[in-house]
Amino acid sequence: MHRPTLLLLAFLVSAPGAALRAGDPSHWAYAAPARPDLPALDHGGAWARNAVDAFVLARLDDAGLAPAVEADRERLLRRVFLDLVGLPPSIEAIDAFLADDRPDAFERVVDELLASPAFGERWARPWLDAARYADSNGFQRDGHRQLWAFRDWVIDALNADMPFDHFTVEQIAGDLLPDAGNAQRIATGFHRATTVNVEAGVDQEQDRVNAVLDRVNTTGTVWLGTTLECAQCHDHKYDPFTQREYYQLFAFFNNTPLETSGHDGARREFTGPRITLPQTAEERAMRDRLREEKKALEKRIGELEKQQAAGDDLESTKGELKELEKRLAQTRPDSSLVMVELDDPRPTNVFTRGSFLTPGEPVDAATPAALHPLPGDAPRNRLGLARWLVDPANPLMARVTVNRWWGELFGRGLVPSLEDFGTRAPRPSHPMLLDWLATELVRDRWSRKRAIRRLVTSATYRQSSRVSPEKLQRDPENRLLSRGARFRLDAERIRDNALAISGQLCRAMGGPPVRPPQPPDVWRVTGVVDNTYRASEGEDRYRRGVYVVWRRSSPYPSFVNFDAPDRTACVVERPRTNTPLQALTLLNDPVYVEAASAFAKRVLSETRGAPLDVRLTLAFRLAVTRRPTASELALLGRALEREIERAREDPKRVRATLGDRRAPEGVTREELVAWIHIATVLLNLDETITRG
Amino acid sequence: MATRIDTRDLTAARLTATRRELFQSAGVGIGAIALAALLDGDGLSASPRDPRNPLAPRPPHRPARAKSVIHIHMVGAPSHLDLFEDKPALRKHDGEPVPARMIEGQRFAFLRGHPRLLGTRFQFERRGRCGMPMSELLPHLGAVADEIALIKTMHTEEFNHAPAQLFMQTGFSRFGRPSVGSWVTYGLGSENAGLPGFVVLVTGATAGAGNSLWGSAFLPTVYQGIRFRSKGDPVLFLSNPRGVERDDRRRAIEDVTALNRVQLADVGDPEIATRIAQYELAFRMQSSVPELMDISTEPPDVHELYGTKPGRESFANHCLLARRLVERGVRFVQLYDSGWDHHGDVFGNLPKKCQATDRPIAALITDLKRRGLLDETLVVWSSEFGRTPMLQGQPSKKPGRDHHKDSFCTWLAGAGVRGGTIVGTTDDLGYYPVEHAVHFNDLHATILHLLGIDHERLTFRFQGREFRLTDVGGVVLDQMLV
Repeated sequence: MHRPTLLLLAFLVSAPGAALRAGDPSHWAYAAPARPDLPALDHGGAWARNAVDAFVLARLDDAGLAPAVEADRERLLRRVFLDLVGLPPSIEAIDAFLADDRPDAFERVVDELLASPAFGERWARPWLDAARYADSNGFQRDGHRQLWAFRDWVIDALNADMPFDHFTVEQIAGDLLPDAGNAQRIATGFHRATTVNVEAGVDQEQDRVNAVLDRVNTTGTVWLGTTLECAQCHDHKYDPFTQREYYQLFAFFNNTPLETSGHDGARREFTGPRITLPQTAEERAMRDRLREEKKALEKRIGELEKQQAAGDDLESTKGELKELEKRLAQTRPDSSLVMVELDDPRPTNVFTRGSFLTPGEPVDAATPAALHPLPGDAPRNRLGLARWLVDPANPLMARVTVNRWWGELFGRGLVPSLEDFGTRAPRPSHPMLLDWLATELVRDRWSRKRAIRRLVTSATYRQSSRVSPEKLQRDPENRLLSRGARFRLDAERIRDNALAISGQLCRAMGGPPVRPPQPPDVWRVTGVVDNTYRASEGEDRYRRGVYVVWRRSSPYPSFVNFDAPDRTACVVERPRTNTPLQALTLLNDPVYVEAASAFAKRVLSETRGAPLDVRLTLAFRLAVTRRPTASELALLGRALEREIERAREDPKRVRATLGDRRAPEGVTREELVAWIHIATVLLNLDETITRG
Repeated sequence: MATRIDTRDLTAARLTATRRELFQSAGVGIGAIALAALLDGDGLSASPRDPRNPLAPRPPHRPARAKSVIHIHMVGAPSHLDLFEDKPALRKHDGEPVPARMIEGQRFAFLRGHPRLLGTRFQFERRGRCGMPMSELLPHLGAVADEIALIKTMHTEEFNHAPAQLFMQTGFSRFGRPSVGSWVTYGLGSENAGLPGFVVLVTGATAGAGNSLWGSAFLPTVYQGIRFRSKGDPVLFLSNPRGVERDDRRRAIEDVTALNRVQLADVGDPEIATRIAQYELAFRMQSSVPELMDISTEPPDVHELYGTKPGRESFANHCLLARRLVERGVRFVQLYDSGWDHHGDVFGNLPKKCQATDRPIAALITDLKRRGLLDETLVVWSSEFGRTPMLQGQPSKKPGRDHHKDSFCTWLAGAGVRGGTIVGTTDDLGYYPVEHAVHFNDLHATILHLLGIDHERLTFRFQGREFRLTDVGGVVLDQMLV
């Protein structure tokens, strides 16, 4: 067959040929990846920098396409910063990179970024989506919960490059490890992140079963790239999993205690196991001191009452006590939700038609027959399951995992359905590359950082994202990787990026969730729950998005507008839409309005007395890293002059925009208003919210 | 060689990238027919989504009766037994224990032991030419009874609010499925390019399941409901910051666009062209939305009809806004009204809620009709479940009713609906359906049917399978259609 025709078919032909029967266990993804040989390249592969490129180039050669040139250094630098740490490079970092003519200058940057604590903050986001991590319970009475220690555990684990197999075992069964400490218990918060309905009158057993179902389904999606959910009610129609096998997996998760309390039906509380987080010596001392003070006050009140002293003194002392009790409550140690195993395992039955009200045949914990076997001596509990998942014989986990990392860096997976590797999933665009990466991940002892380093140092990654009309036609989706990927940043990185550009970003890490300003009246769910949104004070307003409070019934609005999920269920791929609400958010959300103002002032104060072009160039570089072209600079210059003119003609506008705020030294208020216009424009550029 | 076209990664999950790029690739190797098939992963007729505007109107599977839907959700669940279901036997046996066989194996949210029956305290009357029974709490709705098709045998699978609300809106009682409004806008787009296709108006607290009730789940987020608010910005971040007038904003957007064009010419990514279009749309929305939300321009007789007062957040205002939205071509409008969960004092609380809602709902139907919009607008009134024939609390202490999932009432009016019809009959106590039980899958299938959509063909590929609003169920309720 003629090459281009073949190529076209490769695009169109579905993964399972018509000849494949449903549930075929011979499906490619259920056979362990075999390590392929590197393809031989006709022309010696001068372009290729590492093995990734050999596979990519072989495929491009087949298609008669040439790779794109390497991206400009500035664009490449920005790309790798946003991809690895989620923040733009500083001017110093840009200049240093441009001045570094060593052949491994780029690799050096990559290594620095991989070692930066911001790496964990950026890579936690996709994992927390998968873990459906949130700071509230979901459903009616979407009450607040403490699970942030788990979020911090994820960030720390990513920064420490905890091997992915350990990372898995600790989250599924850290509590069952022989030497489990606090950290391992906190890690099990992964599966405590399920929603819970504490609405009055809820059937507790149903609620518990729903959480277990979610744990099974999420485990299937995250570690097996498999949609187990279908098998809750009947044997899977397409993939080789029976309903019985579904409940055998269910049995692994069925041995944790109830997570709600209350037995008469009327009142429910979210309870369930949690651990108390250690306090610092200072915090403990403060708590002890307050307790002492409380005792003293109580004693004094007793004495006053005995003396039947005049009311005033007694009342004021009582008032003091009340105040003190409030402060004492604030020093209560924080906690984090964890998994614990019941001593007596719950029996598990197949649920007929998926309903817990109609239990059928009893089953024991076991793993699906279509996949690698569970060793005979493995414990039939979560720990056994976790070790089974990370068994190198598992055909799915390494592929599924490395495919998601690929997706984060290239905008789409080698298997485009990040959530599904089943028989109905599209075939990988580069099957051998996928298998090579999967086997390499195991060889590398599951190091995420090494895997990511391999991807970003490839020539494939470094390609320019400029696309010619011809390539757009030949390879519209860039499945063949004939150019660099270009796609919009996710919600958190858009905000982090704006805060970094404006110089407002606070780099403090960890701790309880923060609340940046949001419009009033966004939180108002039914039920007995605190709906008051108290915006954080001070630097907490400018912390990274990964620390922003996640209320499931109404997540942070600007994140919602940029496709953040509500975290009620596992999500391994966010959609990327392009909507007018996104434009309105960047133009008018007070957070971005403030960022524009801070950005303008930053530029003006860092370029005191400098000519216009120098100032505009700095602003442009802060926003998109590269220098503006002559036409871009001219365009901005004209806009700035026009806006200064306008401001002069319209003092009312200047007053309304600035209030009593002063302009930085050497700048008029009119100029500042014009600069805020420029800053707004730069923060709204497609390029600013895109990594390309 | 047997080949099947794989639409998984070509369906709207990648609408922003794939469709756009594929669309551009038309005529460059992929034949026109293949292309149409690719773009048509959702089974709608061969009309590719306009990548620049995924909300562009799309033709339905077949000629539609309805162009838009106004979907009213009474959050908390009103008592059908005090509004639509006149049960003399229930009144007669008021205070007696419910027959044991009726509650055998039943689970309740709150009722325990052997509960007693509670007859209504309200008078029922036959209304309209059709003689539809309605209680005295609905005088205005009674006046338009001939427009209404009443389902008496609605039932659901959940008896707690949040799961049941999800079930009513998404056909699934846990999180993670798209809402009916998202499915509809995904299928049909919207007629007004300056407004979202799916608009939500909430009176009182947000229902328990939160924003997920109008979420798009795995459908692209452009199809999620956008909440319009009566207080503050009608759409979050719609108004310009202090000191920025409309003309200032226009210049900023023009500057953004000019620079984006430079980028587009340089890197060639069509996504930039989409971004430019979205900024223009945002600018249009900044004038179209406030204009829409300003009901003070309505004549006095309209305010008289609905009982509306400009500037307030009220259910009545939302009914009037619903009319203004469909008038402007918005595809799906959803009204939520909270406060119907009457576990206690149902006879004291229900009249208050009806007083606030009966008149505006009837006004909406009347108003749509006199403007000729009722022929193309479907109005649906429902709640997540109904309430028990048994009382909750003490008979002497202002009793209420518990949640009831086995039978309750829903009504439809407008485009394609046979007014004056009653679907289904229930037993003497209004406890169980006797004839023609109606599931939410059936209601959803009927809503889609009236919009010209075959509910079995409106699908979306996710996690390796085709999802649809009606899952594996859904029977169109022909008997209530014209």
